[in-house]
Amino acid sequence: MIGEVARQFRFTNKAFWRNPAAAFFTFIFPLLFLVIFTALLGNGTSAVYPGGPEIKTSTYYVFSMAAFGLISACYTNIAISVVYAREGGVLKRLRGTPLPARSYLVARVLHATFVGFLLVAITVVFGRIAYQANIPGAKDALLFILTLLVGAGCFAAIGLAVSGLVPNEDAGPPIVNAIILPLLFLSGIFIASDNPPGWVNLVGRIFPVRHLVDAMRASYLGIPFHWSDILVIAIWLVAAVIVASRTFRWEPAR
Amino acid sequence: MAERVIEIQGLRKSYGELEAVGGVDIHVDRGEVFALLGPNGAGKTTITEILEGYRERSAGTVSVLGHDPAKGEQSLKQRIGIVLQSSGVDPYLTVGETVEMYGGYYPHPRPTDEVIDVVGLTEKRDERVRRLSGGQQRRLDVAIALAGDPELLFLDEPTTGFDPSARRNAWEMVKNLVTLGKTVWLTTHFMDEAQYLADRVAVIAKGVIVAEGPPSSIAGRDHMQTTIRFQPASSAPPPPSIGQSADGDGVFTIRTDDVTRAVHEVTGWALEHGVDLEMLEVTRPSLEDVYLELTGAEEEVP
Repeated sequence: MIGEVARQFRFTNKAFWRNPAAAFFTFIFPLLFLVIFTALLGNGTSAVYPGGPEIKTSTYYVFSMAAFGLISACYTNIAISVVYAREGGVLKRLRGTPLPARSYLVARVLHATFVGFLLVAITVVFGRIAYQANIPGAKDALLFILTLLVGAGCFAAIGLAVSGLVPNEDAGPPIVNAIILPLLFLSGIFIASDNPPGWVNLVGRIFPVRHLVDAMRASYLGIPFHWSDILVIAIWLVAAVIVASRTFRWEPAR
Repeated sequence: MAERVIEIQGLRKSYGELEAVGGVDIHVDRGEVFALLGPNGAGKTTITEILEGYRERSAGTVSVLGHDPAKGEQSLKQRIGIVLQSSGVDPYLTVGETVEMYGGYYPHPRPTDEVIDVVGLTEKRDERVRRLSGGQQRRLDVAIALAGDPELLFLDEPTTGFDPSARRNAWEMVKNLVTLGKTVWLTTHFMDEAQYLADRVAVIAKGVIVAEGPPSSIAGRDHMQTTIRFQPASSAPPPPSIGQSADGDGVFTIRTDDVTRAVHEVTGWALEHGVDLEMLEVTRPSLEDVYLELTGAEEEVP
């Protein structure tokens, strides 16, 4: 199985980088938004949370955009590309070969995770160079990597689950984005709100996005880390795997 | 006795109220090219996809290389190659990479270059799939199906949408496969395709097999009357014993079992009366005639 997955990973990776538009936009958006937000909001310092350590605005957005990049690479990329592969008959053809379904899916998720990690690394390094964001190097590297791994798995699984709900390839991007964009806003990824209304806080606490970015920031900056963040993300991961196992389809709708 | 590669008995498939396949028996022996011929919607793809393991049957028994395809066993998938009616591949990989990738899923793949050569895509080996023409992509479909060196090949309407010359090339390609010793299951709605490629044909209409046999003798084709048509240059009508009546263009038609005598009578009469024959043709019933007769009644527009 490991050999099969490695082989499939290699071909998936080759194809990924040859689609220049997709690869470019996946990588450019987090950096572009980081530049825009820092330009709009200045690079002053403020507390991450009341009574917490003061950090630069750029530092705040480096982690928001790193989380955004991980989510784009895993959730958005997987959901849309799986719908395309399914509707184009690629999955149906694969189903007729001896390649086990799990090897294909595992390779796909691992590749998305790999791209997500690259994005996080690029965003962090860019933030450090361009803004001297106070990112001295991960305080707790293991915890940071664990957070990224659980987060990548969670959002990839949600991507697989959502792909099953998308009826056809035209509906892919709108549905996939309609699910994630409001959540990104309500989870403080784009706009940090000091005092959001209660329902916004509630949404942030229920869904995994804010837990992901909080855990990334805490583990990296060495501020108090809440295992409850990882727990919520892991619960979403398990739930998404269960839903995906029921909704996932190998054949086009028509 | 020849080895049975495919054995279908009493196969039925219903989608709710609709019965797509209504009790079909077919067998295919090793090394045969078998064609399932029928109009669109007759149930060809449904049966084929049951054999390939994509669909479950409602009733009957099906055996492919000794396996029940509904179980989806890897040991069966390793021995078959599938060309679906429509399916895709990653557009950003090259022809060579694609064949290599699919070959890798099988225990004993054929060498990539050899497979690409069989389908005539050698010049396109390093071209990305998205730059191939429709016909070339269809060849790639066949190449992918061959990559694992299968014993049995399923071709579901392999030439639909081809222009005549591309179709000729595809036929030659399938003929090549037979020399490789493959057993081929082919579906088509082209009579000439079945006639050219198949050792045995089954005609299907509305989910039922209406005729089965070698293309040359299917449904008594070899016993059907031969048609002789001729057109005298002059208006002098031939004697009633030869031609009954001309159509609007002055063409006479005779249907007969005794071709030699009938032709002799026509030409004898023409020589005797100094009548030029502008046209004289002798045709055996085509597979198309048989097919239309078999499926035509089923296709009447309500």
